[in-house]
Amino acid sequence: MKAIIMGCGRVGAQLAAMLDTEGHDVVVLDIDPHSFRRLPQTFKGTPVVGNGTDEDVLRHAGIEEAQIFVAVTQGDNRNVLAAQIAKHIFKVPRVVCRIYDPIREQMYRALGLQTISPTIAGAQMLRKALET
Amino acid sequence: MYFIVVGGGAVGYNLGKSLLKDGQEVLIIEQDPQACQRITEELGSVAVRGDGCEAKTLEEVGTARADVLVAVTGDDEDNLVACQVARHKFKVPKTIARVKNPRLEPLFKLLGVDITVSSTNLILTHIQQGLPSHPLMPLLTLKGCLEVVEVCLPAVSPAVGKRLKELALPAGSVICLLVGKDNLPVVPTKDTVLQAEDCLVAVTQTDSLVQLQAALAGL
Repeated sequence: MKAIIMGCGRVGAQLAAMLDTEGHDVVVLDIDPHSFRRLPQTFKGTPVVGNGTDEDVLRHAGIEEAQIFVAVTQGDNRNVLAAQIAKHIFKVPRVVCRIYDPIREQMYRALGLQTISPTIAGAQMLRKALET
Repeated sequence: MYFIVVGGGAVGYNLGKSLLKDGQEVLIIEQDPQACQRITEELGSVAVRGDGCEAKTLEEVGTARADVLVAVTGDDEDNLVACQVARHKFKVPKTIARVKNPRLEPLFKLLGVDITVSSTNLILTHIQQGLPSHPLMPLLTLKGCLEVVEVCLPAVSPAVGKRLKELALPAGSVICLLVGKDNLPVVPTKDTVLQAEDCLVAVTQTDSLVQLQAALAGL
């Protein structure tokens, strides 16, 4: 399947490498080409420099054929905007969006976006680590 | 009415200022402490430091009782999220967003932002208005599907010398105002005869703009 990952930070690069290893056709988007250093040398996908909230950039990245779109930049709002463009304009079947702010995450989930908030999960993990 | 303005830059500050002048209740949310202080010094205590996309900040400023939320930060994504949070979490009846990238306007509307203001489109419109060669000047968009336009009839216009009722206007179009050479506004009737250099204000369906232009300007 064709997957577009927006944001090549630690999480984005890791996810891109996983999907690539599983045999998916992966495009990684980032505004900073320097971020692509995080991709493993064996990565067979395509890094594309550009802003994922720009429709032209998304088209160039092949969003019209994509089945998966994941927004994992550092900006919650940028992720929200890009995910909604992918879902509502390009009708990508599977859109996942990371939102750090748990309240915003809940709201967008209620609005039908598939969202992940690492904040609560992270705090819970830390709390658990303190117990043992 | 209670207006919440997200973003206290040049646009937010001046918007807040003129709303206050109109006697409205205004609160400006701005992240930068210096900008906040400047607003407080010049407009009084109407600025709150915080993130206008965060539900917590919006709750603190009483967004649930706001009549309008206007998001005018320099970032499209922040403006969208502020409007969506206001609408879906606090049921604010009217949300207005500034949009830098005009291509995002349809998406913003689809996602429930009531009014979008594209500074890029506004500048383009003003440039067009400043160029007399352009026959049709966009003035306003209504309900997302109607355009209010100004047309100055050139001498070559097929409408010159005709009565209003004789014009081949596209369906769903109305000529609502006529300003003749005497610069006096008149509401035209179906028997009003149009003359060269008359200025008309017309409302039409967005997809009929070309036909309207053909009927009135002949270009």
